[in-house]
Amino acid sequence: MSRIEVLKTYKIYIGGSFPRTESGRYYPLIVNKKTVANMCLSSVKDFRNAVVAARNAQGGWSHKTAYNRNQILYRIAEVLEGRKAQFVEELELQGISKAKAQQEVDLSIDRLIYYAGWCDKYTQLFSTVNPVSGSFFNFSAPEPTGVVAVFAPQQSSLLGLVTQIASIIAGGNTCVVLASEQLALCAVTFAEVLATSDVPGGVVNILTGNQTELLTQFAAHKDVNAILYCGKDADMIAKIQDLAIENLKRVVLREDGDYFDDKHESPYLIFDFQETKTTWHPIEVIAGAGSGY
Amino acid sequence: MKQIDFSNSPRIDQVGIEDRIARITARSIKKESKMQGLLMALNMIDLTTLEGADTDEKVKQLCFKAHHLHDELPGLPTTAAVCVYPNFVKLAVNELKGTGVKVASVATAFPSGQSSAEIKLLDTKIAVDGGADEVDMVISRGKFHSGEYNFVFDEIAMIKEACGKNVRLKVILETGEIGTLDKVRQASDIAMYAGADFIKTSTGKIKPAATLPVTLVMLEAIRDYYYKTGIMIGMKPAGGISNSKLALQYLLMVKETLGGKWLTNEYFRFGASSLANDVLLQIVKQKSGIYQSNDYFSKV
Repeated sequence: MSRIEVLKTYKIYIGGSFPRTESGRYYPLIVNKKTVANMCLSSVKDFRNAVVAARNAQGGWSHKTAYNRNQILYRIAEVLEGRKAQFVEELELQGISKAKAQQEVDLSIDRLIYYAGWCDKYTQLFSTVNPVSGSFFNFSAPEPTGVVAVFAPQQSSLLGLVTQIASIIAGGNTCVVLASEQLALCAVTFAEVLATSDVPGGVVNILTGNQTELLTQFAAHKDVNAILYCGKDADMIAKIQDLAIENLKRVVLREDGDYFDDKHESPYLIFDFQETKTTWHPIEVIAGAGSGY
Repeated sequence: MKQIDFSNSPRIDQVGIEDRIARITARSIKKESKMQGLLMALNMIDLTTLEGADTDEKVKQLCFKAHHLHDELPGLPTTAAVCVYPNFVKLAVNELKGTGVKVASVATAFPSGQSSAEIKLLDTKIAVDGGADEVDMVISRGKFHSGEYNFVFDEIAMIKEACGKNVRLKVILETGEIGTLDKVRQASDIAMYAGADFIKTSTGKIKPAATLPVTLVMLEAIRDYYYKTGIMIGMKPAGGISNSKLALQYLLMVKETLGGKWLTNEYFRFGASSLANDVLLQIVKQKSGIYQSNDYFSKV
C-alpha cells in the first residue's frame, strides 16, 4: 500500500521557542517543480513579536562577557557539526550536489568559529585613546547597535545566513532574520541548532516568508536599530533607505549569492553593526603643569 | 443594621469562570473599538509608585506624567489618579492642582495590614488630612483566614468613617493571599457591605496579583450587590497588568458583566505603572501604522 505523503510544516523561531505564524498562512517550498515542505508565511504581527523578543534579549546578550559570547558562538558550531548529515541532506534536497553541500556545511561551521574567535578581540582593534590635551583622557570604543532586522541572502540557504547572523551577534546585537524565501529549509533547521546551543532565547529570531510583504515594517519599525539587506534590488534598497530615515536606522547592504569567498570573514563585518562611544574621563593636568604621576 | 452572615456568600464555579475567561481572551477586537478602548484605558489608570525608594522627585515626575502623557499627541486624556504613600500626599496634591487628576494614597499599614487599629486609623488620617481624594486600604488577611469576618467588616467600616463622605475608599482584598475564588467572593461581599466605594484585587506586592478570573468573580459580586441595593461599586484590578491587550480584555469583561455605565474612571481603574507606556505605544501605532520603540516614552 502506498503511503499518503506527509509534508512537514516548518515553524518559525521567536524568543527561543517555535510558534506557528500568527496568521495561520503557509507557502510551499518547490524544488524542481516538486513541493518538498510547507513554510510559515510570517505576518507583520510575527515580526513585531520577534522584535519584542529581540529587544528583551538585547540587554542580557550585550552585557555578557565577550569571552562568554565567544563560547556560545563556538557551541553553535559544535552543535552544527553534530548535525552535519541533516544539513547536507537538506542542501541536496534544495538542488545542489552532495560534494558542494558538504563543502558548504563545513565552511559554515568554520565561519562560526571564525566569528566566535573575534568576539573578545574586535573591541581592542576598533577602540582608541584619542589624542587630546587637557585634564582628561578621551577614548572611543565600539558598542552594539541593538536590534538588527535582516533580509538574508536569497541565493544561499545556509552559508549566507550563518555568515550574517554570526557577524551580527558576535558584536552583542540581537537580530530578527527573514530567511531566503525559496531556500528556507536550512534556516529553520539552523534555528533548531540555535535552540539547543546555549544561545539565549530572543538573540536570534528566524522568520520565513515574503520579503516584499514584510519590507515596510522591517524598515519602518522604530524599535529596530539597524537593517541589513542582502541583495541588489534597487527598488527595495531605495524603499529601505527611505523608511529607515524615520528613526535613523543604520542601513547595511551586502551581497547575495556566493559566500564561499574569504572576504566574508572580516572583523569589519562585525564593526558594521557597532556604534562608537566616546568617553571623557577626568584626570589631573599633565601637559602644561608638569607630570604629577 | 441587620447582621449579615458572610459565610453564606455564593460559591464559585471555578471551571465555569475559567471557561468564560478563555472565551473572552480569544476574542479579537477591531480597530475602531481598539482605539476607543485604548483611550479609555489610559483615562482609567491610577499611575502608581509604591516603593521604599520613592523620592519627592520621583513623585513629582509621576504627577507631571499623569497630565502630560505624551505631548507629541495632542488631545490625550490624563490618567485617573496618582497613587502614592501617605507621606507624599501633600506633595502630590500640590503638583496636581487644577489638572483634574486625583490623588490616591494607600493606608492601614500597607501592604501587610498587620498593625493595630490605632495605627491604621492614624495612617488613614495622614492621607485624608493631606488632601487625598481616595484612600486604598488593605484588609487584615490573617483575621479573614481565621474566620473573623466581623472583625474585617468592622475594620473596613471604621476606616470608611475616618475617610468621611468626600474621600472614596478602595478596599484591597489581596487576592493572592486570599486563595480560592470562593474566598474572593466572600471578601468582596464583606468589603461592599462594610462601605467600600471600590474593591481592588491586590497591593501589587504579592504574586499572583490581578488576574482575569479573580476580577470576574469580583465584578459579579459588584453586579449582585447592585441588583440588591442599587449602589454602584467601583472595581480596580491592580498589579501585573502591563500591556494593552490585557487591559482591553479587562474592559471587555467589565462591559459584559456590569454594562457600559461602569466604563468610566468613576467606577473602573487600573492600578499600574507600566501599562500607560504600552497603551501609548499602541495608540501611536494605531495612528501612524508604525511600531514604536519604548525609548520615545518617559520611563517614570
